[in-house]
Amino acid sequence: MGLVKLTYREAMRAAIRDALRRDDRVFLMGEDVGRYGGCFAVSLGLLEEFGPERIRDAPLSEGAFVGAGIGAAMNGMRPIVEIMTVNFSLLALDQIVNNAATLLHMSGGQFNVPVVIRMTTGAGRQLAAQHSHSLEGWYAHIPGLRILTPATVEDARGMLWTALCDPDPVLVFEHGSLYNAAAQIDENAGPVDIDRALVRRPGRDVTVATYGGMLPRCLEAAEDLARDGVDAEVIDLRTLRPLDDAMILDSVRHTHRLVVVDEGWRSGSVSAEISTRVVEQAFYDLDAPIERVCTAEVPLPYARHLEEAALPGPVAIAAAARRTVGDGR
Amino acid sequence: MIEAKSGLNSEERRVLLRDMVRVRRFEDRCFELYTTGDIRGFLHLYVGEEAVAAGVIPMLRPEDAVVSTYREHGHALVRGVPMDAVMAEMFGRRTGCSGGRGGSMHLFDGERRFYGGNAIVGGGLPVAVGLALADAMRGRRQVTACFFGDGAFAEGVFHECANLATLWRLPVLFACENNLYAMGTALARSHSNTDLALRASSYGMPAWPVDGMDVFAVRDAAARAVEVVRAGGGPCFLELRTYRYRAHSMYDPDLYRDKGEIKRWKERDPIEALADRMRATGDLAAGDLEALEREVDQEVDRAVAVAGSAPLEPVENLTRFVHSERRSTPDPEQRPVPESVRPSESGQPSESGQRRAPESEPAQS
Ligand SMILES: Cc1ncc(C[n+]2csc(CCOP(=O)(O)OP(=O)(O)O)c2C)c(N)n1
Repeated sequence: MGLVKLTYREAMRAAIRDALRRDDRVFLMGEDVGRYGGCFAVSLGLLEEFGPERIRDAPLSEGAFVGAGIGAAMNGMRPIVEIMTVNFSLLALDQIVNNAATLLHMSGGQFNVPVVIRMTTGAGRQLAAQHSHSLEGWYAHIPGLRILTPATVEDARGMLWTALCDPDPVLVFEHGSLYNAAAQIDENAGPVDIDRALVRRPGRDVTVATYGGMLPRCLEAAEDLARDGVDAEVIDLRTLRPLDDAMILDSVRHTHRLVVVDEGWRSGSVSAEISTRVVEQAFYDLDAPIERVCTAEVPLPYARHLEEAALPGPVAIAAAARRTVGDGR
Repeated sequence: MIEAKSGLNSEERRVLLRDMVRVRRFEDRCFELYTTGDIRGFLHLYVGEEAVAAGVIPMLRPEDAVVSTYREHGHALVRGVPMDAVMAEMFGRRTGCSGGRGGSMHLFDGERRFYGGNAIVGGGLPVAVGLALADAMRGRRQVTACFFGDGAFAEGVFHECANLATLWRLPVLFACENNLYAMGTALARSHSNTDLALRASSYGMPAWPVDGMDVFAVRDAAARAVEVVRAGGGPCFLELRTYRYRAHSMYDPDLYRDKGEIKRWKERDPIEALADRMRATGDLAAGDLEALEREVDQEVDRAVAVAGSAPLEPVENLTRFVHSERRSTPDPEQRPVPESVRPSESGQPSESGQRRAPESEPAQS
């Protein structure tokens, strides 16, 4: 089997194309997914290949088309709904939280909602507060939803397939800064597991748990730490709900130190949840207080130096890891 | 559409021309500055639509309010936000009109009642309704002009706002800039009925289409609409039919519309059209337009130079303005008087009339 070089964007497009070919119940719907080729060019060319019935340009009406995706899913289709960015998904929050997440439960198990909702998340491109936030942690609060955060080209290629097989709503958060990232992957790359976190870099001194757009920054920090003789284990959470805490606990039992890196704000975040679970279940395995590196508690500013200062960067991540190691390593 | 009558004198025409030229030259420079990396983030240009801002905004008074979108440089400049402050914002500098935190999409100017700069499509509409509600409740004869696109018209929030503003007879001027596209989606691909003025009128407010490439027509329509709104007749809706020459944003390869269409609209360029009419009436001599452009270019040059050397906001200030720095403390004098000890109406001291109404009181009188 050969390897091919793909960008994250191309991997995502290949995954959508596969899904459309594989199953005629699948269609893609969202603002500018067709004629325009997708706000982030993910769906470029798909309209020509599959036509406007299956690559559906929707009017600006997030509540309406996300809700329509939910209805179509309940009625036998397998919609992939694209929302341009997580900030705009708030216009569809009612549909996602009050319908998609609850219908199965409220109907006593009668109605599944097999919809996949994809959206871009994250900062780093100077798009200011209304286009840069990381709200996947909020969605991870909601029972009934599955929250995926593909951080690698392989996951971009494979998660959608698994997600479409899920009988329940799945939200996929694609970090805007990852679309141009490229990697060699198997040309027959297939579906990937969406239940488990993965070790992206094994290490013995400290566990760095992260997801999505922060993964490359954590790996960079780990390289920097390695030069100082600190061996960091980097974990990619991949799925924020349900959270694979068993994997984090295993790693912490082995390194005895934890840094959580989360692009969300610290207060009430995924990082808070992970820290608490570790304290609840592995307190006595810890050799140092847990460190969290999160976005500063401020709406994301436009100016580059302020935006960079607000975001978790490799330097801050490495510094947090060094603090956990201290002199006692 | 309403025919343009416009009994403007030559000075007023020059102002219109100048406003439009300022917007265009400013934005052409922004385009260049984007390619050099001085301006970052999303940049949405208004080139081609200048007659809308130049026609509508001067019909407002300083005490009126303007609510804008992410394509707001033109609105800001015509409203009088200093060019230096707008350019500095584009550069992300401390001296920018939003202190470098907003960038191109979030220009604000409290002094000029310029309420942004909203990058959530339709996000400004309820804000405008609220501004107008406050004015109405305080008995102020002020108008709130709200700019938004045909894309926003498709959103539920527009229909909620149109209903509310009409129901409560609020002083809102809905200025819908119908440039035929919402990003790459053409009007007919996203609207079941493309006659937006007709649909708006179904809420019971006066609504009519206007040739948005003709600055006289826009001005006349805006004058009439503002008059209706200011007189307390409730909201008005203008469908300003216009066109943007450039792509939706600097990230947009503009693959969804054909070049012939852009060319046809450019033949009706609002600046050229006004200049032609002014030449015909002798208001513009040969070389006048070029001289005006040179003068404006100097203003733009200056703004760029000033912005380029303006200071950055210190990083220590990163978390400023998340909450207000000052908070008023509760005034014990203002404590609500229990029902049983409240003096009779006639016996109340005169200040008591200024006491804030309880939160639960209905907003509508
Ligand atoms: C709620 C929301 N959805 C999607 C977007 C992405 N977006 C930005 S501008 C735009 C098109 C808006 O078109 P229109 O309202 O006609 O205004 P125009 O850009 O033509 O002035 C879209 C889809 C957004 N900013 N907000």
